[in-house]
Amino acid sequence: MKPAAFDYQAPTTVEEVVALLGRHGGEARLLAGGQTLVPMMNFRLATPAIVVDLNRIPELAYIKNDNDVVRIGAMTRQRAVEFSDIVARDLPVLQAAIRMVGHLPTRSRGTIGGSIANADAAAEIPMVLQALGGEVSVRGPSGERRIAAADLIEDAMITSLAEDEVLTEVRFPKMAPGARFAVEEFSRRHGDFAIAAVTVVLEMDKGVCASARIAAAGVSACSRRIAAAEDVLRGRAVDPDSIAAAAAAAADAIEPLDDRNASADYRRHLTRILTGRALQRAAA
Amino acid sequence: MTKLVDIRLTVNGREYQGQCEPRTLLADFLRDHLDLTGTHVGCEHGVCGACTVLFNGEAARSCLMLAVQAEGAKITTIEGLAQGGQFHPVQKAFHENHALQCGFCTPGMLAATIDFLNTNASPNEEEVREALSAVLCRCTGYQNIVKAVLAAAAEMRAAGNAGAQAHV
Repeated sequence: MKPAAFDYQAPTTVEEVVALLGRHGGEARLLAGGQTLVPMMNFRLATPAIVVDLNRIPELAYIKNDNDVVRIGAMTRQRAVEFSDIVARDLPVLQAAIRMVGHLPTRSRGTIGGSIANADAAAEIPMVLQALGGEVSVRGPSGERRIAAADLIEDAMITSLAEDEVLTEVRFPKMAPGARFAVEEFSRRHGDFAIAAVTVVLEMDKGVCASARIAAAGVSACSRRIAAAEDVLRGRAVDPDSIAAAAAAAADAIEPLDDRNASADYRRHLTRILTGRALQRAAA
Repeated sequence: MTKLVDIRLTVNGREYQGQCEPRTLLADFLRDHLDLTGTHVGCEHGVCGACTVLFNGEAARSCLMLAVQAEGAKITTIEGLAQGGQFHPVQKAFHENHALQCGFCTPGMLAATIDFLNTNASPNEEEVREALSAVLCRCTGYQNIVKAVLAAAAEMRAAGNAGAQAHV
């Protein structure tokens, strides 16, 4: 199908975006990479009166090294992140995850900020942001504010951004030197939506787990960090016993979806298996 | 009737001007306004990949872009791949390896492959299969498509024009 008619605006500054959102509110939709919004418009699941295209705002595309944080502009393409030296060095877990995001031609349009603001349950980028405990910057009529990853995604495709706010920057804390990591995903075909995905980042100190960060996507209405599984590992050796216990804790902690792609039981099973595999690979 | 928007863009090295509604998809603009029907429209929701074109050198689904977003852009469609009567090396490899049956997915396969080989000059078979997951072949002729991409990579390496572009 084809999109329903809409008015099109292509502002060149964030200030103009905020003004347009202030004027049109819920009538307007922001167009980032368009890899979710345009198909939804083609199906007429989304019929915005006004489309505000963010692709003409050069100030929103960058990858910056800033002390202990990597700052990525919301309109930075996923493909740029895939090939970024800064990301390869300081956020290797994001580089690993980005290769699972859709396909090459969707990554060349899809953006970091768009994926996070869209908050699809199966999306890898919000999962990594949650695992690393990052935050985003958003701009609205009263200026800029920051939202921590843990407070950002409220439900399937629902974030804590207000109708008149635009996500401008994503801030990923750099991984500690020597941090171990793995991303495991199960989908029917490479690049399809994850039925289950798990991200693991470990910091080890003298053979003992000093810090564990575990997050899952695809299994629940929205991606989440799984504190119960992290708690199992902290202060212990990452060995078959603790891995099995953490994987079981992760499977217990999720609230699994039950849909045509997979039953709730199967998603719990996948969470346990993928958490175990990710921990094994990270600890190896 | 929605207000029409003016569009100027370069397709296959030639400048075009046109008018369309903001809701006109790039794929439909190429086919219906510019008569470049080599870009195929399959699913219209970004899954099949048949409509993939090179947008400023990068593979992108033209059914997931608005034509108005292509204002000022340089686009290459399958009609623009051959130069001076000579196939692009990827086209040549598809031809020689019998990598198409019905040909519906081929425009998308070629665009995705060209971008892939620009950033990975020496892919292994697994990487090729992963890259090709971007485009569905309904004839299921993947074996020969994989062979063709590996052959194209080898020929482009020999000619020194693979892996030349790093994105970012």
